[in-house]
Amino acid sequence: MPATPTNVPEPSRTDPALLRNFCIIAHIDHGKSTLADRMLQLTGVVDQRQMRAQYLDRMDIERERGITIKSQAVRLPWAPSEGEEKSGTTHILNMIDTPGHVDFTYEVSRSLAACEGCILLVDAAQGIEAQTLANLYLAMENDLTIIPVLNKIDLPAAQPEKFAAELANLVGCDPADVLKVSAKTGVGVPELLNKVVREVPAPVGVKDAPARAMIFDSVYDAYRGVVTYVKVVDGTLRKRERIRMMSTGAAHELLEIGTNSPEMKSADGLSVGEVGYLITGVKDVRQSKVGDTITQLSNGATEALGGYKDPKPMVFSGLYPLDGSDYPELREALDKLQLNDAALVYEPETSAALGFGFRVGFLGLLHLEVIRERLEREFGLDLIATAPNVVYRVDMEDGAEHIVTNPSEFPTGKIDQVHEPVVRGTILAPSEFIGAIMELCQNRRGALLGMDYLSEDRVEIRYTLPLAEVVFDFFDQLKSKTRGYASLDYEPTGEQTSDLVKVDILLHGDKVDAFSAITHKDKAYAYGVRLVAKLRELIPRQNFEVPIQAAIGSRVIARETVRAIRKDVLAKCYGGDISRKRKLLEKQKEGKKRMKMVGSVEVPQEAFIAVLSSDSDGDSKAKK
Amino acid sequence: MPSALPDGEPMPEDGALPGHALAGAAGRPLGFYLHVPYCATRCGYCDFNTYTASELRGSGGALASRDNYADTVAAEIRLAREVLGADPRPVETVFVGGGTPTLLPAADLGRMLAAVREEFGLAPDAEITTEANPESVDPRYLAELREAGFNRISFGMQSARQHVLKILDRTHTPGRPEACVAEARAAGFDHVNLDLIYGTPGETDDDWRASLDAAIGAGPDHVSAYALIVEEGTQLARRIRRGEVPMTDDDVHADRYLIAEERFTAAGFHWYEVSNWATSAAGRCRHNELYWTGADWWGAGPGAHSHVGGVRWWNAKHPGAYAQALAEGRSPGAGREILADEDRRVERILLELRLADGCPLDLLAPAGARAAARALADGLLEPGPYDRGRAVLTLRGRLLADAVVRDLVD
Repeated sequence: MPATPTNVPEPSRTDPALLRNFCIIAHIDHGKSTLADRMLQLTGVVDQRQMRAQYLDRMDIERERGITIKSQAVRLPWAPSEGEEKSGTTHILNMIDTPGHVDFTYEVSRSLAACEGCILLVDAAQGIEAQTLANLYLAMENDLTIIPVLNKIDLPAAQPEKFAAELANLVGCDPADVLKVSAKTGVGVPELLNKVVREVPAPVGVKDAPARAMIFDSVYDAYRGVVTYVKVVDGTLRKRERIRMMSTGAAHELLEIGTNSPEMKSADGLSVGEVGYLITGVKDVRQSKVGDTITQLSNGATEALGGYKDPKPMVFSGLYPLDGSDYPELREALDKLQLNDAALVYEPETSAALGFGFRVGFLGLLHLEVIRERLEREFGLDLIATAPNVVYRVDMEDGAEHIVTNPSEFPTGKIDQVHEPVVRGTILAPSEFIGAIMELCQNRRGALLGMDYLSEDRVEIRYTLPLAEVVFDFFDQLKSKTRGYASLDYEPTGEQTSDLVKVDILLHGDKVDAFSAITHKDKAYAYGVRLVAKLRELIPRQNFEVPIQAAIGSRVIARETVRAIRKDVLAKCYGGDISRKRKLLEKQKEGKKRMKMVGSVEVPQEAFIAVLSSDSDGDSKAKK
Repeated sequence: MPSALPDGEPMPEDGALPGHALAGAAGRPLGFYLHVPYCATRCGYCDFNTYTASELRGSGGALASRDNYADTVAAEIRLAREVLGADPRPVETVFVGGGTPTLLPAADLGRMLAAVREEFGLAPDAEITTEANPESVDPRYLAELREAGFNRISFGMQSARQHVLKILDRTHTPGRPEACVAEARAAGFDHVNLDLIYGTPGETDDDWRASLDAAIGAGPDHVSAYALIVEEGTQLARRIRRGEVPMTDDDVHADRYLIAEERFTAAGFHWYEVSNWATSAAGRCRHNELYWTGADWWGAGPGAHSHVGGVRWWNAKHPGAYAQALAEGRSPGAGREILADEDRRVERILLELRLADGCPLDLLAPAGARAAARALADGLLEPGPYDRGRAVLTLRGRLLADAVVRDLVD
């Protein structure tokens, strides 16, 4: 192990030539956290005693405390120990964290934009996965220097040769250049750090220009307010300086500025090329947006850095408290989550079937699941979530345009065109599953963009798919058709016009808004038949016959009937039965409270959950 | 009575009642239910609190023995006298049920009845009923019962069809219950009931009609007809779960009920409770009417339930534990509940609505009254009685009685 570096340069006084800003791109479970831990140890920022597994990955602690203390960027001193003229000089390595998921492509792109290089970390037993590939392409688009690395070479199932060839093929290097490490044992990690110093370019900025710092993450902390992570591209930011957010023009004072190693450590400032955090006292991450440029209030820059985008929700779902009286708690919980999630949008919504709730917009399906799970686990709410839908743009013949985020608001009348969002989906899988994958994608109205062999038996298949098709159990289907081997990534690429219709479900003649769905015309009939059959199973018999219909406009496309109940009486009610019968009655009355009245029909909450939930087996198939 | 006991508060050791329970008692009739927890064999559908000899062997010792069972019950009747204190009411009805009461010698049933007579006295026109199994009585036994004071007898006929009786594990042969009615009449019983069960797996509409015709033809003045309830934990429930016999659909039960109503009406029987029909007002079971009208009754025997003035309690379930308590001079009560006013209102609605006389509309809260108006509009309540201030179920309403009750108690 190398000695602890000496003469470590201080923040705001570091020569940009000694800076290396990099990130690690890896699939979940491919060992990113373990590798980061080894780096913390090797560079001496965390001593052996403090070391605990996955130091940076503190999600559990976060959950327990309900606060966020992520280390988005860690400053690591490193003096290369081998060859080269710079051997022995202490460099500053900034390791920048990237969110790992498909829904956060924009956040990933901003993190990547803060780096000059990236480590592409791949499990030597698994090979590259679709999300990793997508992020690799992003990194390449950002002109980052790629350092391909195979991890877990100590595993018996490792196939380093095979996957080194695959990586070399992707990155365009020699298989021999692919580093082989074991983050677990530490083998190869010093060499990797040396390589980062050697190959990742130093940041290039203008030292004497007005400061321009790019926000690549923004995190709400219950104690400190919003902690903003920036890379200073030009100039210098100093503490207690007045700053300005260039997208909004809002001014703030820099209460604190500093670096993480890995705990927050305040400094005098951050200079060109450096990465660190700043605190301005704002309480809401939407006031400190990812991608925005920070400059000085007086004599600041006039031109913002490129690449800023407002987060745009792609998937919507209605969230309703199971118990209507929890509505204020749901609002409060959403308000709290929004402090730390600039992409979360919501507005109150009333459903005839489900009562008061919110229409919530998400970046994607995972984002939806994460938010829903946090609402249920951290805030103890029982929720009904309507089936997720995408945003439709409907042009009417009279020239009016409607933006539809809730299927029940799909306009009636003469529709000229309906536009739906589409994504570019990338699927990586063993080649034996090509047929199954293509069949699935064709079924989901996909258009093949291309296919490439990554290695002899692994393919990358690219499709244009309507996002609406992806949000309904596409991933589950993909996994089941490929025995879990396929991985999926997708990114929005625009919209297309499609022959879409709204299918309504009517119970006893009354439209149930929560069950309305927008589907392709060719699939409307199958959707209607399936949902109607499902509801017939779930709706208990009532005192009268209940027709269940699926309709497009006024045209009924499917119908089932829940026959009237004819017998609901206990045969015997004698002396010993009375207490039991009264208690049963009390229980039944409780059950009645859990019924939602849809017109005159009592529908158990369970029916809504079963039909709407996208995560339970079988149920999800009913609403493709 | 189904064997599972409700949850409740503990019973005081001496069985004492809160003072208010006896307030106004003079205005309420008092009855006795005497439970006999023995059967020769356990029927596959039955979850009542009853035991075969082999089930009791080794678990209850001498205390659970049926040889001295009559004395044990007599001990509880003496306890009842102490608890009810100076209550001057004579007993209006006695009902011996089981289990199989007629598994005991007629003299034992007589001794139990005698204990009631000694401690409380019987009203001059008291109704004294025992249940009986068709195969366990003969003319001599029936004569002994009459001699002991019984004037009403109820036979478990269940069905006239062999294959139905077999599913139910009933051991008597078809025709025997009808013969019992004649023997009971000959022995001088004023009132005779036959119990029928419909909806047994494998029973057809025609089987049911045959059972009804056979029962009516035998000339009882009262018939109870019950839809078969498949109780959890019974042999029959297990057989249905394993798919050995089919479960009967609720719609089939509804059809059978309508068939029964049709046959009974044609034969001059009138319904007076959802599952009970009688040829005249005098033929109604007055004891059961005590249950349905909030009267007082003392249930003696293991697992028996009692009610006095808004206090319900129930005895220890096992014959051994029951007898042990009495032997030690303690109340055999295992738990009780003291009904709040709202509980009593709800109970009145759920019990009285099952009766042909119905329940008074002024018992209903505003939401319940609105529900009653809807039920009337839906054809579940009779318009005539409704106009006179009573909620009385129509034929369709009887089949949906529980649903109507759920709405009316709001």
